[in-house]
Amino acid sequence: MAGNAVGLGNFLRFPVQAVQNGGGAFIIPYLVCFLLMGIPLLWIEWSVGRFGGRFGNHSTPFILDNMTKRKFWKYFGVFGIFTNIAVAAYYCYIESWTLSYMYHSLMQTFSGMSQTGIASFFDSYTDIGHSTTGIPYEAVVFYIICLVLNTWILSKGLSGGVEKVAKIGMPLLIAFGFLLALKGWTLGDSGATAGCTDCNSFLGLDFLWKPEFKSLYDPKVWLAAAGQIFFTLSVGMGTIQCYAAYVKKNDDIALNAMSAGWMNGFVEIVLGASIVIPIAVGYLGLDWVKENAGFSMAFQTMPYLFQKWGLYLGTAAGFMWFGLLFFAGITSSLAMGTPWMGFMRDEFGWNLKKGAWSFGLIVLMMGLPTVLFYQEGVFGEYDYWAGTVSLVVFALAETILFSWVFGIKRGWEEINLGADMRVPGIYKPIIKYVTPLLLLIVFLAALFTPKDNDWKRAFSEGWELDASSIIGNITHMGIDVNRDYFAEHYESGVSGQVKRVYTERSKVKVEISHADSDTKTTTYEFHPAEHKLQVQEGDQVNRLDKLATGSFVNNIFYTDMARLWLMCLFGFLAYLVHRATKQRKLSGREAS
Amino acid sequence: MSNSAFITMIVVQVTVTIITGYFFYKVLTTPPRQEPDSYSENDDELR
Repeated sequence: MAGNAVGLGNFLRFPVQAVQNGGGAFIIPYLVCFLLMGIPLLWIEWSVGRFGGRFGNHSTPFILDNMTKRKFWKYFGVFGIFTNIAVAAYYCYIESWTLSYMYHSLMQTFSGMSQTGIASFFDSYTDIGHSTTGIPYEAVVFYIICLVLNTWILSKGLSGGVEKVAKIGMPLLIAFGFLLALKGWTLGDSGATAGCTDCNSFLGLDFLWKPEFKSLYDPKVWLAAAGQIFFTLSVGMGTIQCYAAYVKKNDDIALNAMSAGWMNGFVEIVLGASIVIPIAVGYLGLDWVKENAGFSMAFQTMPYLFQKWGLYLGTAAGFMWFGLLFFAGITSSLAMGTPWMGFMRDEFGWNLKKGAWSFGLIVLMMGLPTVLFYQEGVFGEYDYWAGTVSLVVFALAETILFSWVFGIKRGWEEINLGADMRVPGIYKPIIKYVTPLLLLIVFLAALFTPKDNDWKRAFSEGWELDASSIIGNITHMGIDVNRDYFAEHYESGVSGQVKRVYTERSKVKVEISHADSDTKTTTYEFHPAEHKLQVQEGDQVNRLDKLATGSFVNNIFYTDMARLWLMCLFGFLAYLVHRATKQRKLSGREAS
Repeated sequence: MSNSAFITMIVVQVTVTIITGYFFYKVLTTPPRQEPDSYSENDDELR
């Protein structure tokens, strides 16, 4: 289970969330969420799954249905299948990056490249029209290879074998991670390029660990912290329940849940926090990291570090690092297939092969948009809605069900049944009151975050929503330029001067230096065959000024289509649960 | 690196490492459970 929990979230997602949510501002809510939500949820999910398994249920809709007489709860269980498929869709894409970077490390593609060259290599890779290997549509090819490998392993029932190999792979990953963390702790400004004033790994560590108590009042940070805890521990997803459904009635879950949870916490807090951020800041500077925070950060910086270790050692280190990351990723993505397969087998009698290949097909359909329209923001939408908001909603629902509907008395007995450790009694009131209340507060505060996070003003002068609130996200409050789906011109989102106009990878790029900053620039891309530039080097531009004319499909279109696609998936799964319920009634298999 | 950041980092990382080590040790030293010796103990509940 630790193999499943330790994954790409520890090394790649945690640094991104930390940077995007203010570094030291993130760490306090993150630790509170770990202790008051993560740990209770681990126990809740393990005991809920084991309980459901005793009645022959191996996926969340009917596991939840088993715990109550009210029928609607099973539809909350749909989240337990939905999230796995939606997360697997983009998670496999990250996995495919590690696969591709293994290949590039072996081919010594990065040899002799500058740090900025390596950083922009990633952009070339995710640019579908461009190939870094000569293979056309290579990002799609690597994604499909990765997905087929996942599906094949699932269809052959080899996940157990992969878990066994993980027993060697995980310690190796941790040992190698420790070596890199040492580098992060000691790099200092020795990797700084000439002229870079904020290239110092200690600045990165300071940014990450300096406590910022004002973050305690920012719901966006709490939502992100809770989302990261759930993502990394795989709680609020439905995966743990599925695993636990196969655990025997009197087998321990309390100690196993704790050891897996804390091992995951160790990898993330001790290793994950000490690798990508300090190393990226050491080589590229704090400002660059703040502006470019994304899953891609590790891919944009680590090859440069390995390159400095010499040709042979660097090649071996790159191949090993990305290989181990791939391994950590695949143990997690395989687990994401089990809820769908368990559900289809329980309800419709699908065998292993049918379950696995249907899972692969759905993930392909859901995942291709994240590959094809990565730069248009589809990937980010999936991560926000499926990898953050859905986890919190499902965790809230199952905590209320466990503590208040199923009852904390029965729930506590379930947690302690066969336990190899004494579960601290303090967690009984925490599970009953604190965890659901905290989840409810985080969810509601994130849903209705007031403008500029100013709660006092919101209560006294009227409620104006912030663009970062969930409702603000739904209504695209943060987007005030290029708001039409289709347009005949493209507007500038910043005011400033056109610093450079140049051609790269068959695209014309317009770099604008911001009027309110000496260092900040924004670059826009245009296709010379379809778009006509309206500006040239040296021009002053204001926000909303036309940069180019032609035919444009704006990112807001892709964003809305991604949401619609996710909703279609949820609707489809809810329909299957409805059908399964009917079938159960007909065959007299009603759960309660 | 400021003092407050350094202290927070050390306290958090050392605490997490110790707790992880404790649970890991506990898992390794817990004796494996005996197989159920009766049919009923190994049976699923019926509703």
